[in-house]
Amino acid sequence: MSEVVLRADGVGKRFGGFTALSGVNLEVRAGERLGLIGPNGSGKSTFTNCLAGAFPSHDGGFTFKGQKLAGLKSHERARRGLARTFQLPRPFRGLSVIENIRVPLAYAGRHEATEERAMECLESVELAGKAQRMPKELTQVELRRLELARATALKPELLIADEAMAGLSHAEVDQILALLFRLNAGGTTIIMIEHVMRAVTEFSQRLAVLVAGKKVADGDPKTVLSMPEVEEAYLGR
Amino acid sequence: MSDATLPAMPVLPAPRRMGHAAFWLACAVAALAVIAVLRGIGSEYAYFAATFVLQYVVLATAWNILGGYAGYVNFGAAAFFAAGAYTTVAIGKALGLSLLPCIAFAALVGGALGLGTGLLTLRLRGAYFAIATLCLSVVLQTLVVNWSYVGGSRGAYVIRPRDVPWPFDTYGGYLCAVVVVLAAAAIAIARTIEKSRLGLGLGLAALRDDEQAAEAAGVPTLRLKLIATTISGAMMAVAGAPLPLLGSYVEPNSAFGLAYAVNAIAMPLIGGTASWAGPLIGAVVLASLQQAATVTISSAANLLIVGVVLVVFVCAAPHGILGLFKKGAR
Repeated sequence: MSEVVLRADGVGKRFGGFTALSGVNLEVRAGERLGLIGPNGSGKSTFTNCLAGAFPSHDGGFTFKGQKLAGLKSHERARRGLARTFQLPRPFRGLSVIENIRVPLAYAGRHEATEERAMECLESVELAGKAQRMPKELTQVELRRLELARATALKPELLIADEAMAGLSHAEVDQILALLFRLNAGGTTIIMIEHVMRAVTEFSQRLAVLVAGKKVADGDPKTVLSMPEVEEAYLGR
Repeated sequence: MSDATLPAMPVLPAPRRMGHAAFWLACAVAALAVIAVLRGIGSEYAYFAATFVLQYVVLATAWNILGGYAGYVNFGAAAFFAAGAYTTVAIGKALGLSLLPCIAFAALVGGALGLGTGLLTLRLRGAYFAIATLCLSVVLQTLVVNWSYVGGSRGAYVIRPRDVPWPFDTYGGYLCAVVVVLAAAAIAIARTIEKSRLGLGLGLAALRDDEQAAEAAGVPTLRLKLIATTISGAMMAVAGAPLPLLGSYVEPNSAFGLAYAVNAIAMPLIGGTASWAGPLIGAVVLASLQQAATVTISSAANLLIVGVVLVVFVCAAPHGILGLFKKGAR
């Protein structure tokens, strides 16, 4: 069995009196495709933000590649190979498509920020033809691909794809899925946070379910989706 | 529309860009040309007017490094400008140094002030950051008003040296040449930051657009902002350093004047904040207009002109003069 690349130990996060995450434990193995699901407000994005360093967690913490992440800023986590995409695409709107890719290449510190390397990243998401365009000229699915290209430019060992398919058509979901499969085949561990159940079941080797900030299930996708507590969380009693 | 229906655009070759060394050389040549032309005119008023305009070129270019490239609007430009002016007064009086070492000291003081301001305020964004920088101006002015060594509220007289360095015939001409060189250096520094292959300009542009996304892309946003506040602060203080010698007198109300704070923002906005050329164009246009108004109508009309031009540009050309040209090019 491959080594554990990420471990969450009792991660808890509160916003004032509201507990967004409570004692979440999770292990992700190298090369794995993990689906993280849960109804709206279940804490998936909070988990992502805590893992990526955008929010500090109140309890517990993360261990990535055997090193604790506590105290590391977002950019330091990104440089260590922990990349994320955002629910809504957040391109650098004042920069062209290729410049958007040059930012992580210039700052990741592990690779050369050459034009060729930036074009390689864009080719991997089939955006090379729009390298000189501005983000406002891209379609929604192209923005999602740009978001993925920017994350993969960091050469991540773990990628958190946060609702990368929200609002896309059936065919567009397939395009993004194909991209994620390709990345995973190249050795990137992927946590997919998604509401598009077709994509989650097709992609994930394992599913973890968050409900009201707590992990209620973790295991084989078919088994997890048939668990009564998961059905209840999605469909109600 | 899906991209399946759109033919892929051919990859445009990246436009050829002048290298950093070539640009610095071009700035040096331009500075020498300006000095030669002004020396040819040989009028004290021409020296004064050029010094006035070019001081604003330095100030606007410096402001744009933080305000334009990083998107942090600094309302305290007058504080940095006055810090430079009062460094010249204090160092000149304490150590008897000439203008050039005073400018170097002003850069150090402005840089330290910028770094300190950054450390205290850069966790703030938008209006909160702007208000904090405005407060800095009020705090510094109060300190200077109560510091009798530099003249307090009465102000300080600074006598121009009798010896004028070769090849200048008057101190006004020498002062003007120094400011020409400062302006050329400021432009070259701004352009170097903007186009830096090390990524400083890219990083600042990324954090201007989205700080959280920039962090996620590996950009150390806090460090970059501190670098920007330090460089910007140092350059704004350098812009102010020659001020006491320009009029032989400086007092807090004029050194911390609203005109500097407003012009430092208005000039890059009018020229265009995205590039080094924007503040240069904005400063030359606006400062020349103000200088012309001063000698033809009244100096009281200066801020009125700035206000009117700013309103027109904000409404009609929000990306400044450069934005108009880019639109036209498409």
